[in-house]
Amino acid sequence: MYVAVKGGEKAILNSHKLLAEERRGDPSVPEVSLRQIDQQLGLAVDRVMTEGSLYDRGLVALAIKQARGDLVEAVFLLRAYRTTLPRLAVSEPIDTAAMAVRRRVSATYKDLPGGQVLGPTYDYTHRLLDFALAAETDAPPEALEPAEEPVAHPMLRVCDVLGGEDLLEPETPAGDPASGEPEPFDLTREPLSFPAGRDQRLQNLARGDEGFLLALGYSTQRGFGGNHPFAGEIRLGEVSVEIVPEELGFAIDIGEITVTECQMVNQFAGSASRPAQFTRGYGLTFGHCERKAMAMALVDRALRCRELDETARYPAQDEEFVLYHSDNVEASGFVQHLKLPHYVDFQAELELVRRLRADHGDARRKEAAE
Amino acid sequence: MSEIITEPEQGPGNEARRRWMAVLARASRAELEAEWSDLPRPPSYEWLRRPEVGLVMVRGRAGGTGQAFNLGEMAVTRCALRLADAAFGAVATGHAYVKGRDRRHAELAAAFDALLQTPDGRGPAQEAVRRLADRRAAEREQRSRKANATRVEFFTMVRGENPR
Repeated sequence: MYVAVKGGEKAILNSHKLLAEERRGDPSVPEVSLRQIDQQLGLAVDRVMTEGSLYDRGLVALAIKQARGDLVEAVFLLRAYRTTLPRLAVSEPIDTAAMAVRRRVSATYKDLPGGQVLGPTYDYTHRLLDFALAAETDAPPEALEPAEEPVAHPMLRVCDVLGGEDLLEPETPAGDPASGEPEPFDLTREPLSFPAGRDQRLQNLARGDEGFLLALGYSTQRGFGGNHPFAGEIRLGEVSVEIVPEELGFAIDIGEITVTECQMVNQFAGSASRPAQFTRGYGLTFGHCERKAMAMALVDRALRCRELDETARYPAQDEEFVLYHSDNVEASGFVQHLKLPHYVDFQAELELVRRLRADHGDARRKEAAE
Repeated sequence: MSEIITEPEQGPGNEARRRWMAVLARASRAELEAEWSDLPRPPSYEWLRRPEVGLVMVRGRAGGTGQAFNLGEMAVTRCALRLADAAFGAVATGHAYVKGRDRRHAELAAAFDALLQTPDGRGPAQEAVRRLADRRAAEREQRSRKANATRVEFFTMVRGENPR
């Protein structure tokens, strides 16, 4: 247990000063700007936006700069800042079928309407360090000759292609059409509750730590809750965000955001209540967070075991385990609070261990004497 | 703030307004400043709601079409104003909700929104919106053509089907 302590103000203030010095580094090296972080460390920004659950590249760049590149700390800063802003509206669900696609690949179909569009990916790079970048000549990259035509728009989702034959389970809105859709669960307003609906799970996973979800997703592939996934489709691009302001009474488009979407398609042999059919796992992130979106889709599918009559045997299928431990702000806080003074607590433990040892010694001596 | 809430505006006019509001939300502040100062007669206006930065919770759907869920929030700035200038043929109220935290962006977007609703101010404002929309469309097309340069054909290697 942590017990409040007094004192140390001077040391703490000085620690802040030292931290600021360390953050700045060698003053003879030019200061990094928020624009530079946004433009040249864009994938770090994307990750912090997703896990910080706040789409604002400028704020995220600031958080990364302040955290000296510690992305989990940056997520924490962002989450703290968001609590200072009022909620103005909730959006209509984004329409990823209408996405202005910049990347789209499918591992299930090689020929599909719109084709396979690699976009900006490290997938087919050699992973050799490029020492030309170290030279810092700021030479412009080799120019890309644009194609004659833009990519197909709108680009049909792979799942919408497969869905036609009833081979793939359909995804339909919750609730019945007559009474309208229920409001989705909101983790920023209510604590986790179990059993969790898919809305709660997906929000939790979307905010969840990429490393944690990556490891869990990986565990399902290695047999700890296998669900035979195929990457049905991964797409990256821009979607419009629409809200219906009360004072207007009609939907308006307030701008566009970049998102990554992953549709996993999973083998499913069927159960007593359902015929054999491909089932689905879904991943969606802000920005370009492809590894995260894929891991999220694997874990989403694993967590659907209950509704698909599968026995939950493994960590990735255990919703309390997954949802309670996915948030890196909470995890970091609880792990790191161990650094705070636990002097009184430890003193009590110390006394206890001393007494137990003394009792143990007494007993041994008594035994020897008998 | 309830006193500034206007009646919901319904009717066929909304489609055009929805379009220009989308264009104004996607414009940069610098572009709007330039278009505003190029207006033959930039009107004066009074605040109904000063620019305010807040959040919009962005929702998605499981599988793209299924159950709605909360993905995460985005920073948004909103404001509302009324043209104080009676010279434009109508009293108009302008609204803006725009992505980001730029108050001036929201202000100019709302001012254009108001102007676009007046018979006499509409013309030059529509020209501005058209230019902004064309620029966004050109950028999008360029991005899309670059993406299309990365479109591939994968060949499946099947044993025994190699050409002899």
